[in-house]
Amino acid sequence: MSLDEGVGAAEAAETDDEPVASVELAYGVPVTTSHGQQVLHPSREQLVDTVRALRDDGYLMCIDSCGVDYLTHPGRSLPAGIQAERFEVVVGFLDPAARRRLRLRVQIPADDPTCPSLFAVHPGTEALERETFDMFGISFDGHPDMTRILMPEDWVGHPLRKDYAIGQIPVQFKATHS
Amino acid sequence: MNPADTPTASDAGQAAAAAATAGKISIEALDAALVHLTSDHAVLRMSETKAAEATAEAADAAFEPADADPVTGERMIMNMGPAHPSTHGVLRLILELEGETIIRSKPVIGYLHTGMEKTGEDLTYVQGCTNVTRMDYASPLFSELAFSLAAEQLLGIEAPPRAQWIRMLMCEMNRLASHLLFQATNGMDLGAVSMMLYGWREREEVLRFLEMVSGLRMNHNFIRVGGVAADLPDGWRDEAMRVLEPLPERIGEFDVLLTNQPIWRERLQGVGVITAEEAIALGTTGPILRSTGYAWDLRRDQPYLHYDEVDFDVCVGTYGDSYDRYAIRLAEIGESIRIIRQVLDKMPTGDYRIQDKKVTPPPRARIDESMEALIHHFKIFTEGFKVPEGETYAAVESPRGELGCYMVSDGSGKPFRMHIRGPSFVNLQTLPHLMADSLIADTVAIISSVDPILGEVDR
Repeated sequence: MSLDEGVGAAEAAETDDEPVASVELAYGVPVTTSHGQQVLHPSREQLVDTVRALRDDGYLMCIDSCGVDYLTHPGRSLPAGIQAERFEVVVGFLDPAARRRLRLRVQIPADDPTCPSLFAVHPGTEALERETFDMFGISFDGHPDMTRILMPEDWVGHPLRKDYAIGQIPVQFKATHS
Repeated sequence: MNPADTPTASDAGQAAAAAATAGKISIEALDAALVHLTSDHAVLRMSETKAAEATAEAADAAFEPADADPVTGERMIMNMGPAHPSTHGVLRLILELEGETIIRSKPVIGYLHTGMEKTGEDLTYVQGCTNVTRMDYASPLFSELAFSLAAEQLLGIEAPPRAQWIRMLMCEMNRLASHLLFQATNGMDLGAVSMMLYGWREREEVLRFLEMVSGLRMNHNFIRVGGVAADLPDGWRDEAMRVLEPLPERIGEFDVLLTNQPIWRERLQGVGVITAEEAIALGTTGPILRSTGYAWDLRRDQPYLHYDEVDFDVCVGTYGDSYDRYAIRLAEIGESIRIIRQVLDKMPTGDYRIQDKKVTPPPRARIDESMEALIHHFKIFTEGFKVPEGETYAAVESPRGELGCYMVSDGSGKPFRMHIRGPSFVNLQTLPHLMADSLIADTVAIISSVDPILGEVDR
């Protein structure tokens, strides 16, 4: 991986040159540590290449993939150069030989909720990405079966979005004899 | 071992030792598996509506997909479940059949979906365990543990040693119960009905111990953020011994009844085969991954709690078939007994929950004499406690594989996002690959060997 890609993403958000140098890079993308766990922040464009590089480096298993809707919590801390968007796709990787873990957080804008699918690299993400689509409405490009998985096929809305209120659907009770 | 650090433990010494123990997977072999897995070979990608139409069509004329072999002829779409007795709850399968052979299939899930992750965002960290414990109802303590470990990481606290050993004791007892339940249902699915009775009987004894300690047979809500709900009651050691004493002999009976029985072997050996590369590419963990000969167990490889201080073996198979998965679960019962015996010896004294007034409610007796304690108690159970902003992932080895909890906090008293990585949910993806080109009669054996818990799949 070249380091240029990480800088490219940083430039998009930063006007001056200085903060770019302070961002720590791994696999060409900004990296942070959260509670002792390594977190990479690739852009959507870098995602698949980063995952391929990780796989070549021993991260053979994609263990988890889920979405987060930051609608009501926009001010979270991200490395310099990464612009916070409404959605995030969080993907967890495992390197069984070296016994290490790593996580990717990809920013997904609300006006274009799409993300490249990792199905071609890690087919185990198929069900997880379907769940993220179902729950958050984030569509994965290149996924072979982008359909709902937990909710009924004809369901309207994406339940785990923050603007999808609890109790929005009236509960139907059977008529009781009084 | 500090539980806050364990999920990412990756120092060089460990890595060197791991290379020798974990199986060797080459990228080339993985790529070869990838070509196979990403093709349309085994997985049927058909919507439920279309499947319903195809089933209706099949009633009069055979359904013919574009790629049906013109020589061998017809393919048929058939539904199995969601109310089939051997689908472990409400799993539905859409099968594409050619005669009696399954060509492709698709598991359809969601019938038990109750939005537990959404509910979790509306419950405080105190209430959260009550919610997650209902996900995997055959091994509820593991969900509680993953949830508590994640919340503790965000809080930057660590449960006291006694709490951690109690957690280990309870989790291993729960693993016994879960694997015994598997032995029962696996036997029942394959027609060994007496096995069902034996399995349920032993499980009930284990549940009796869990009930004695936590007050409930299932859905314990016992492991809480900062420790456990209560200290071990008087006589817990005797009760644990009473449960453990007869088990090895009973497991021996299972062995006699099943392991070497020719009918049992013929039903399971070579049925539902998966390779280590396929399992890894599909993100499979637990007994399914270990059945391929790949030794991966978080208790040993990324130890949490005090698993690095007990001695046990990771059981692996050779052929990756249903028989290996059965044998591994049987052997793991023995390993759990080994762990519990060591826990009984090493159980330290001390607090069963952290003495941090922020997260621990005051003892019941204090409430009667102190107004402040009453207020404190009231605040913790109404508002809960605030957890600093951040995000983390904690994973534990449940009887079905890696059970992870990804938790995001926005600094309030409720998780901003609480995602449970259910092992059954991910493992279910192996089903079409296990069933491809197998006979319809083997379907039940294969589903059973995956041991999915639909409560956790659908959440």
